[in-house]
Amino acid sequence: MPLNRDFVGRTYESSAPYEVSRVKISEFATAIGDSNPIYHDRRAAVAAGHPDVVAPPTFPIVFSLLGTGDALADPDLGLNFAMVVHGEQRFEYERPIHAGDELVCTSTIAEIRSVGRNEFLTLRSDVSTTSGELVCRTYNIIVERGGAA
Amino acid sequence: MAATVKYDEVETGQEIPAAEYRVRRVDLVRYAGASGDFNPIHWNERHAKAVGLPDVIAHGMYTMAQGGRFVTDWAGDPGAVVEYGVRFSSMVVVPDDDNGATITISGVIEDKREDKRVVVALTARSGDARVLSKARAVVQLS
Repeated sequence: MPLNRDFVGRTYESSAPYEVSRVKISEFATAIGDSNPIYHDRRAAVAAGHPDVVAPPTFPIVFSLLGTGDALADPDLGLNFAMVVHGEQRFEYERPIHAGDELVCTSTIAEIRSVGRNEFLTLRSDVSTTSGELVCRTYNIIVERGGAA
Repeated sequence: MAATVKYDEVETGQEIPAAEYRVRRVDLVRYAGASGDFNPIHWNERHAKAVGLPDVIAHGMYTMAQGGRFVTDWAGDPGAVVEYGVRFSSMVVVPDDDNGATITISGVIEDKREDKRVVVALTARSGDARVLSKARAVVQLS
């Protein structure tokens, strides 16, 4: 069943700021197999000129979509999660994310389109500090296999 | 907070040597926990096959993260990456054995831009499949 196009343009805020911790950055870096000390050791990060340990480039995936779960699960949208795969992902960074950041996300359903038998939904998230500094933008395209059939 | 690679020392067309990254079932379980993505297609073979997949497949973001490692290891500083995007063009199928799958990533300097930035184009393969397409990172060099 095609996704409900009425959802295009809707915007969702994260319910609470996401606090970036050293422990979480280290856990994530370990999970991707990256032992770079800049992710694990504050002194190494400071020596490299960072204020604290910095997050790997794909780290924003941990929190950038937290505010959109309810929207994607809304029966009116018509998304069958069992058939969802990840289509595309892009990050544009204003600066590295580091431990101590408190981040809020504003996510928008930017586009819904059909490609062949599949439905493509684009989510854009603006990630900012609680004081309003833009840190990065993320673009996430999810694919519902067979959704347009 | 600076890349160890100097802009003046790289040329368009220059290749970055390939690196191999192994992915086993345990890596996907660990990544699920760290990322919060517990979609069962990434750890439950029964579920994966029930929804038409050949077997358990890696998180696309796990593969993308290996591309990120490749770029940051080359650049020398994670903070040097100013943009990074990929399309997930094929699945990384991860069998339930001790070897898992291997992702092979290589890169080429596709373009030199202003402000000492370069575009790195990545190629990522697993078996015969090209698992990322349109994979590009914009990197701030010194």
